[in-house]
Amino acid sequence: MEFLNAIVALSNYVLIPGIAYGSQLALGALGVTLVYGILRFSNFAHGDTMAFGAMVTILFTWWFQSMGLSLGPLPTALIALPLGILGTMGLLLLTDRFVYRFYRAQKAKPVILVIVSLGVMFIMNGIVRFIIGADDINFLDGERFIISARDFKTMTGLDEGLAFRTTQLITIVTAMIIVAALFWFLNKTRSGKSMRAYSDNEDLALLSGINPERVVMITWLIVAVLATVAGVLYGLDKSFKPFTYFQLLLPIFASAIVGGLGNPVGAIAGGFVIAFSEVTITYAWKKVLGYLLPESLEPSGLVQLLSTDYKFAVSFVILLIVLLVKPTGLFKGQAV
Amino acid sequence: MSEGIRNTLLFLLVAGLITYVGYAQSLNSALLIIAMGLLSSIMALGVNLQWGFAGLFNVGIMGFVALGGLAAVLVGMPPTPGGFSAGGVGVLVALLMGGATIAAAVYATKKMRKGWLRTVVVIVLLVGGFFVFRALLDPSVARIEEINPAEYGYLGGLGWPVLLAWPVGGLFAAGAAWLIGKTALGLRSDYLAIATLGIAEIIIAVMKNEDWLTRGVKNVIGVPRPVPYEIDLQNDPSFVERAAQLGMDPVEGSTLWVKFLYVLLFGAVLLILLWMSQRALHSPWGRMLRAIRDNEVAAEAMGKDVTARHLQVFILGSAVCGIAGAMMTTMDSQLTPGTYQPLRFTFLIWVMVIVGGSGNNFGAVLGGFLIWFLWVQVEPIGLWLMNVITYGMAEGSPLKAHLIDSAAHMRLLTMGLVLLIVLRFSPRGLIPEK
Repeated sequence: MEFLNAIVALSNYVLIPGIAYGSQLALGALGVTLVYGILRFSNFAHGDTMAFGAMVTILFTWWFQSMGLSLGPLPTALIALPLGILGTMGLLLLTDRFVYRFYRAQKAKPVILVIVSLGVMFIMNGIVRFIIGADDINFLDGERFIISARDFKTMTGLDEGLAFRTTQLITIVTAMIIVAALFWFLNKTRSGKSMRAYSDNEDLALLSGINPERVVMITWLIVAVLATVAGVLYGLDKSFKPFTYFQLLLPIFASAIVGGLGNPVGAIAGGFVIAFSEVTITYAWKKVLGYLLPESLEPSGLVQLLSTDYKFAVSFVILLIVLLVKPTGLFKGQAV
Repeated sequence: MSEGIRNTLLFLLVAGLITYVGYAQSLNSALLIIAMGLLSSIMALGVNLQWGFAGLFNVGIMGFVALGGLAAVLVGMPPTPGGFSAGGVGVLVALLMGGATIAAAVYATKKMRKGWLRTVVVIVLLVGGFFVFRALLDPSVARIEEINPAEYGYLGGLGWPVLLAWPVGGLFAAGAAWLIGKTALGLRSDYLAIATLGIAEIIIAVMKNEDWLTRGVKNVIGVPRPVPYEIDLQNDPSFVERAAQLGMDPVEGSTLWVKFLYVLLFGAVLLILLWMSQRALHSPWGRMLRAIRDNEVAAEAMGKDVTARHLQVFILGSAVCGIAGAMMTTMDSQLTPGTYQPLRFTFLIWVMVIVGGSGNNFGAVLGGFLIWFLWVQVEPIGLWLMNVITYGMAEGSPLKAHLIDSAAHMRLLTMGLVLLIVLRFSPRGLIPEK
């Protein structure tokens, strides 16, 4: 019983939140890694692209809610999500047309593109704050829990409850669908193959007649899907606040680099590495250890390695270790 | 028009703008813009050292500025009575332990042969060291934070003259820059950007949460000043008399005088740093840095140590930002970790450097003043613009209210636009590098 309780507590506070957060980070890191692989710069505007996508989705969610449209137990935001994606696609194509294309034609150094992406970040951040404000917004509706802690306790008779939130399930399922579709696209379709070819060796790809502008356009479209989905899932799971999305940049970049910049599999692995490190290091282990250890050894403190305020520090330290030990990341990325 | 005349005109234009503010709004706000413009220029000089001279992309300026602010508190504030005896020793021992743990881990990595044994030893050292560190730190921290939390609850500072904090702030920032530079320099340029972004967030997180050090979000107020207090001036008959001769009442006169003294102090620091930067730019060292920036491979082939030079200039530039941070906290005479925003303290400085002209020290100074002026004035202009746009709308319509409320967010939009437009149409900035 004690052992079962420990497992339940562990899943409740570490495993499930870790998987959900990891999926969100993985989606974000995939976007960063694709931009890096094809356009060859670190896109600092990615966090704010996520915020923009989430914002458009929220606006449509409100509109649908006002019309009385809903998905029953599922959040209304899911119907609004495709519209949010469309909005983000439009925004990204516009920024590419009016901002990035110029520097691409000039063959500007990557660091110039990074600075340009800073400017884009400012503008996107400004637009988001201008339209929806800088406050916390909660746009989750429908059923909150699939299993609530109390139901779980009565069902199993354990002391520990296991709460499984709808948003967590949606996050995991959506992330799996999106990732599967992305890999199918990259590996099976002609456009996907030309993207990979372009990413591996630009000159060879150009020689074989791949149209670079088309590859770039498809990349932005995919990035729009990934960013919007990641932004909406994060917003549903926690809440929407423009500044948090900016702060997500650090764990997202850390995930992409830990996995190997430019490598999609690596981005997913990196997302989970960062998410689980963050959750395990900032979780207070007292409860789990209390169940597992004999009474005499029971810890008196919270056994929390770091307070949750330092979760950025966790991704940062992992990032530093990877940069020191293996700068190309766990899976071989392009960057050295 | 020759270059010299053009640059002089640009500086005169900014001076004119600020004079206009002094005339149209108040002398006080004009002096404040000058003081903050001086601080911004110093930060921009530091970033220009890194970006303009060496092509290093640092997006952690906020962190270095905040470390400077921390220095102002640690040096200038009087020590908390009983604080050091309660937990200060324990904290120091714990910090030394933490340092020793890391040193031991580094030593083990260097001395032992590669293999699983080394990995295990390093991990055991780090994990064990961490627990010892926490075991030593936590009780001392609790004891310090117990001391009169409403007023103290932290260790306090050394109580030394606050001017000493300015170089110390530079040293703090230099230390953090060394740590980052050691790991991230020599890799792709993007990595330095991400690493600096991270360290800035962490420095702010530490300052917000380590109450024993900085009082966290409770803020440290009343950091001592290097200039007299307004209230003392108002009680000083000779000052009141002088103010009256200028036609000012004592309250107005004293606030202006204090600001003016700060402007003098900051101006002196800026002049010294500007002189040093100019000398550095025209020295063999500066030429070497620019050669490295323009062609790393060629410079390396000529026997220049690229990574070492990069580390050097990265540390120097960050130290300049740290000095400016200490100066800013001194002028505010309070440390408020909650107000450090990356948009304000990192990206705004970048806009200053790019707009002013990267690689040119005078450009950085001009950019510092001009962009700070815009930053302050965009909000009223935005509000005015929104009032004009919504002029025809019905009173009380929700769209009108929303637009007017959102005027505050115009700042970000404007700064982003300015950055993109300058990068696109005049990438060398207002005063280009020679």
